[in-house]
Amino acid sequence: MKRREFFRKSAGAGIAAGAALSLGGYTKLWASAPEAEAIDMVAVLGGEPDAMFDKGISALGGITNFVKKGQSVVIKPNMAWDRTPEVAANTNPVLIERIVEHCIRAGADKVYVFDHTTHNWVKAYKNSGIEKLAKRAGARIVPADTEKYYHEVEIPGAKVLKKTKIHELILESDVFINVPVLKHHSSTKMTASLKNLMGNVWDRRWWHSNNLHQCIADYALHEKKPTLNVIDCYRVMMRNGPQGTSVKDAVNMKAQILSVDMVAADTAASKMLKKEPQQVDYLPLASEMGIGRMDLENINIHRISM
Amino acid sequence: MQSFSLRKIRVILASLVFVLITLSFIDFRQLIPDKWFNVVLYLQFIPSVFDFMNVPALASAGFLFVLGLTIVTGRSYCSVICPLGIYQDVMSRLGGRFNRKNRRFGFKKPHTILRHSLLALSLIVMLSGSVILINLLDPYSIYGRSTTYFFQPLVIFLNNILAAILSFFDTYFLFKVDYLKIPFLVFIIPALLLVLVSYMSFTRGRLYCNTVCPVGTLMGLMSRISLFRIRIDHSTCTKCGRCAVDCKASCIDFRNEQVDLSRCVACFNCLDSCPDNAISYGIAGTGTKEGSTGPDKGKRLFIAGITGLIGSLPSVLRAQDAPVPEKESTVPEEKTSPVCPPGGISIEHFTKYCTACSLCVSACPNNVILPSFSEYGLSGIMQPRMDYHKGFCNFECIRCTDVCPSGALLPLSLEAKKLTQIGKVNFIKENCIVETEGTDCGACSEHCPTKAVKMVPYEGNLVIPEVNNEICVGCGACEYACPTKPFKAIYVDGNPVHQDAKKPEEKEIEEGELEEFPF
Repeated sequence: MKRREFFRKSAGAGIAAGAALSLGGYTKLWASAPEAEAIDMVAVLGGEPDAMFDKGISALGGITNFVKKGQSVVIKPNMAWDRTPEVAANTNPVLIERIVEHCIRAGADKVYVFDHTTHNWVKAYKNSGIEKLAKRAGARIVPADTEKYYHEVEIPGAKVLKKTKIHELILESDVFINVPVLKHHSSTKMTASLKNLMGNVWDRRWWHSNNLHQCIADYALHEKKPTLNVIDCYRVMMRNGPQGTSVKDAVNMKAQILSVDMVAADTAASKMLKKEPQQVDYLPLASEMGIGRMDLENINIHRISM
Repeated sequence: MQSFSLRKIRVILASLVFVLITLSFIDFRQLIPDKWFNVVLYLQFIPSVFDFMNVPALASAGFLFVLGLTIVTGRSYCSVICPLGIYQDVMSRLGGRFNRKNRRFGFKKPHTILRHSLLALSLIVMLSGSVILINLLDPYSIYGRSTTYFFQPLVIFLNNILAAILSFFDTYFLFKVDYLKIPFLVFIIPALLLVLVSYMSFTRGRLYCNTVCPVGTLMGLMSRISLFRIRIDHSTCTKCGRCAVDCKASCIDFRNEQVDLSRCVACFNCLDSCPDNAISYGIAGTGTKEGSTGPDKGKRLFIAGITGLIGSLPSVLRAQDAPVPEKESTVPEEKTSPVCPPGGISIEHFTKYCTACSLCVSACPNNVILPSFSEYGLSGIMQPRMDYHKGFCNFECIRCTDVCPSGALLPLSLEAKKLTQIGKVNFIKENCIVETEGTDCGACSEHCPTKAVKMVPYEGNLVIPEVNNEICVGCGACEYACPTKPFKAIYVDGNPVHQDAKKPEEKEIEEGELEEFPF
């Protein structure tokens, strides 16, 4: 983690100057965004993944609300599985491509994409389709299969997961965009924003043997929280998750959820998966720990139909 | 001029073959398409014989071409196709460098009884049902193992250093690669053989090929009657002995102007060394004499080098990071049979045809295929098995069945492989986290590609694994993922005979697209 930090800091003065100069432009953009003040969550329905993101992010004031010029961005899709996009085990590659494009257009210095995969990472990166499209949009695809990329951090307030090793890109990047795919999950019933963060750490087995749900909630306390969560619900695996046994396990839901609040986003997502949010154990745990809100009726949801 | 070009051609061809075979064993990123290797692998004698015994066809008849080649040209197989032969030429040359002064090959008497006994013994042991001796002595397999066990880690080591340097500059076209986790005991045999062959060639040229190697001995029997051969022209030969000094097979008796064709590996060095142009390569011929021997100096340096390399391996092969569950699991796994890779048909078939060259070991992208120690019985030492504590078989991969040159692993289509059951899953509830800790886990089910391991409702809101052996393919993903220690709560027991797995049911899904948001 030290090395990139060093490189970044040595270039820091220049970047700061550049950012200051362009600040005028940003204020203008914010001002032009409709309803930017109080939206807690945007839910989009009925479009293609890239078009839904365009609508969703503009409802949140545009990507410039999250990514500033010269910043480094890490995008964390779920691409843990050696599965093709139709199976919907991995985040939709077109969505990742579009998010990368937005970040680059906003002047991001570097955009990284990685996942700590379950299957062979070279195959998973490739067959998910994400490597190709993300690269095409200008992102750097980074390996995450080796312990040396991970650095131990403490998680104050955690009940079980008091320490864990996190990928250096998560720790160092200015912006962290969490882009899970919504899926049925055999052990946790559902996976979306919170569960996707398991791909940020080195030793997942430890979580499995030490109260998985509590570990998922604990991790969300770490200071490096997602700047934004985009849940891909374009094609959704309804059963046999998280990797699926055939394309028949998934349906075309054509939806997308954007929120800074992981718990709120996941609560909404669980309903789309026809699960009772209270039954997804890590959601009430995270909500009680103050990580986010489950009371969707009390938050401002902006719904877009396309 | 003819002599010059023949030796040159031999060197060029041999280099090409050597590079290709070596790459096939160290190409850990699979950058080179398999078809590039196929021709040179097709011609490897012992694997091809096994493959042919298994499925007699043109596609497995490489050894027949080699036999034909030997009858026509002599033992050019040993100089151009056999990777261990070419390796020995390299060592032999190095030996010459280290020991210029005393380096003389010169004529030696053949160890006829020894070599013929070893060939006969290999055949007898094989006919009695064990390929152990062939596997130990087959030059291609010795080279394959040496490359996989010793040279590949070296290349990975260099790769990882470079990758670490490049990552400082945010460049990732090279990336860190894991070493194979080969059991330490299994290193002993390949290490001893590599040292033996290296030492023999370093000091005495092709001594291994002409004394120990059963393939060399067999080729020697045939090359006696080869059509083309080295001939000495008695009228022009001055018995200077230079050819004998340069003959790494020590087969030119220049005093009697005779060439021992059973040991000549058709390297054509003598053609270049003869100042009188008395030696030629053509149909029929005669002539010979001897020199003296005595190399010994670089020996220590060489032994030190090899010992250092082998000694450093344990530190190179890191142990896996162990998960630490709260409680230790208590019930041991009861494995009744090892798991042999897909395409192996049965343990009987697999162990009968596998030459333990370890090409599948180095080719496996998931590092799950590892040499066995005593799992198949000691006669199966080094024949590979699936080690599910080190990795699991990728559902979408058939690479091992594609590369196997001996027919021990027969080709499987991806569809067929997905329905081949190489083992069966067993669940030990008493070890399971859900039971012992009372918390959700499900790592096994997450990893299962067919959902033969399914999570079903348990106490309260908990879910616990339930296994269905009908659709289990035995890939071992569940066993690999299971976090309990020291015993796994879920494991795969090998099928001594591979079986057919049922296809998982594919019901149409009822829940359709969303009309509106459910929140």
